Amino acid sequence: MNNLWGDSLSGFWSAWIIVITLGSIGLAFWLLYANRKTDKTPDTHGNVDTTGHAADGIEEYDNPLPSWWFKLYVGTVIFALAYLVLYPGLGNFQGLLGWSQESQWEEEVAAAEERFTPIFAQYQEEPIPELAKDEEAMQVAERIFLNNCAVCHGSNAEGGYGFPDLTDDAWLYGGEPDNIVTTINQGRNGLMPSWQQLGEENIENLTQHVLALSGNEHDAERAERGAATFASVCAACHQPDGTGNQALGAPDLTDDAWLYQAPGQSLADSIRQTLRNGRNGHMPAQAAYIGEERVHLVAAYVYSLSQED
Amino acid sequence: MSTALEHPTYNYKVVRQFAIMTVVWGIVGMTLGVILAAQLVWPELNLGLPWTSFGRLRPLHTNAVIFAFGGSALFATSYYVVQRTCQVRLFSDRLAAFTFWGWQAVILSAVISLPLGYTTTKEYAELEWPINILLAAVWIGYAIVFLGTIKLRRTSHIYVANWFYAAFILTIGVLHIVNNAAIPVTSMYSISIYSGAIDAMVQWWYGHNAVGFFLTAGFLGMMYYFVPKQAERPVYSYRLSIVHFWALIMVYMWAGPHHLHYTALPNWAQSLGMVMSIILLAPSWGGMINGMMTLSGAWHKLRTDPTLRFLVVALSFYGMSTFEGPMMAVKTVNALSHYTDWTIGHVHAGALGWVAMISIGSLYHLIPRLFGRTEMHSVGLIAVHFWLATIGTVLYIAAMWVNGILQGLMWRAINPDGTLMYTFVEAVEASGPGYIVRLIGGLCWVTGMLIMAFNVYMTVKRGEGARQPLPQTA
Repeated sequence: MNNLWGDSLSGFWSAWIIVITLGSIGLAFWLLYANRKTDKTPDTHGNVDTTGHAADGIEEYDNPLPSWWFKLYVGTVIFALAYLVLYPGLGNFQGLLGWSQESQWEEEVAAAEERFTPIFAQYQEEPIPELAKDEEAMQVAERIFLNNCAVCHGSNAEGGYGFPDLTDDAWLYGGEPDNIVTTINQGRNGLMPSWQQLGEENIENLTQHVLALSGNEHDAERAERGAATFASVCAACHQPDGTGNQALGAPDLTDDAWLYQAPGQSLADSIRQTLRNGRNGHMPAQAAYIGEERVHLVAAYVYSLSQED
Repeated sequence: MSTALEHPTYNYKVVRQFAIMTVVWGIVGMTLGVILAAQLVWPELNLGLPWTSFGRLRPLHTNAVIFAFGGSALFATSYYVVQRTCQVRLFSDRLAAFTFWGWQAVILSAVISLPLGYTTTKEYAELEWPINILLAAVWIGYAIVFLGTIKLRRTSHIYVANWFYAAFILTIGVLHIVNNAAIPVTSMYSISIYSGAIDAMVQWWYGHNAVGFFLTAGFLGMMYYFVPKQAERPVYSYRLSIVHFWALIMVYMWAGPHHLHYTALPNWAQSLGMVMSIILLAPSWGGMINGMMTLSGAWHKLRTDPTLRFLVVALSFYGMSTFEGPMMAVKTVNALSHYTDWTIGHVHAGALGWVAMISIGSLYHLIPRLFGRTEMHSVGLIAVHFWLATIGTVLYIAAMWVNGILQGLMWRAINPDGTLMYTFVEAVEASGPGYIVRLIGGLCWVTGMLIMAFNVYMTVKRGEGARQPLPQTA
């Protein structure tokens, strides 16, 4: 059933490993065996006569090896040899048990899938809006969220600098169940290009215009001057009225959700930085890691976060 | 230092220099350890600065305790022991002086370059290529002085302590040069010539043998001289020395892959690392038995001699951690212990319990003899240091056992639905109390080292006042 000899190593290297492994174990054992006894007799204190030489006044007895220590040594050698018969170790020899870390992993994953898939398959049947109200399901989903999503979005899902808040109503790619499922399954790549080439004057005008769009304090004159540039450069993605485009992941600039305002940074500064250098947001695809059934469940959890109030 | 302290035959100057620097670097390295332990409890203590962040200070701590403190202790004792047991002066005074100043230069370079963020990213081999070249030069010098002295010996026999020192010096030279083979890119940046799983395997072949030869064989050399000397008893068994020496150096070489269980390393290499680690148990214990049994007939001395207590407790911790090591190398145990604080606890059972205690015991024997006195300024303070060190070690390793097993169990706990029961951050939170206990253990250690520094200072001061020439040895 299991092939006893693999082919990951060439014949020479496989033989080399076998020879030096068994050679080393054998040599260490021979050393032990050859020195196990002493032919000298013990003195009245039970110690065997010294070797006859002294180093800086230090003498050495020639006592035999303690027998329990000898047995311990032999025991470990037997264990090692038995292990190398059963498990892969001697070059290309795969061991009688046919075990490998890959096969162990595959077996454990298969066992887990068999045990847990029915649980998630059952949740999969339920539409997301209903599932979001199922308290038990949401407890399971919260554990998935905490172990897979919280590292970026935070334990409370309120996000952070560069990571969207999932509890508010601002959605870069849409907050409907289907949008959320797509985002988690396939991931998202947000790209805001750099507009350095417009020059500092225009960047400042645009900054004031964006501040005006969301009703923040701004320089009205500059905001007015920025309007034309906004219409020709920014509106393609963010729409002429600045409300954004969820198909592209272009944020709504009229609300008060700001993804890239660093702690302690003024809003104006963060907008300038965005305009000068651009931004690159990356949400990794999760389907390959946690499977579509769990994505369905965690999508319901994310959906529930913005439904509560 | 007074010329009256000069020994008529032996070069004690370089021994004195290394012995004093052992105490200095011990305080520096352990204080860094305490700062890091505190940062794990209160992360704000990194001051928000790159130079004082955990990631940069941690390699400085490990380099300072292993190479600066441990290295200086090995240089000091090996130069002393090889002269005394071969009854001949060091092969070359100038080369010996070069090893002292060169070694200090390597350490100072580490103290500057590691906080600045220069690192090869190889654990225990973080220093960049120009420093590595200097280190290699110093090490070759060390090998010439030590082996040259053995060559010149006036005795017919090479004493067992010198076998261990010689194995340590030769092997560390090979390990250092092979593992640090790299292509320089800039004056402080290089790329390893190995890649992928091979790089990892070379790194842990180096890493585990740094433990096996630097922290074990070297300090066994120390043990084989200072334990019988302080106990004034013959070594228990010459043939045990032979068997466990050869078995130890032959088998240790194989143990590295146990650091890479369940990784991209091929199955066969992992298995060999594991079985050789198990075989290593008896050869490791050979040294402990030989040390402990040497004390038979001298156990009563422990009551009055705290220096001997240091040496004996060091052997106990050595025995304990060389039992723990093979167990942790077993795949199923490793699956629980790996990446947890258990590993940190295991390392410190060896580093504090064995390496530091055997070094300190040896220094308490050595320092009065180097400075023309019969014993340390205060034997009482040695006893205080002994208790601080022992309690500190026990607190440290017990806290890390609890934390390690806690983390291992929390990481693998799953709910009935297959989801993980705990998030990573919950395991970090649960480790908090253990980190505080570890910090207290570390503070015990630093306090003990400061007491030692005072005791050494007083001994040296009085020694210089006495100006008594040392008697010629037999």
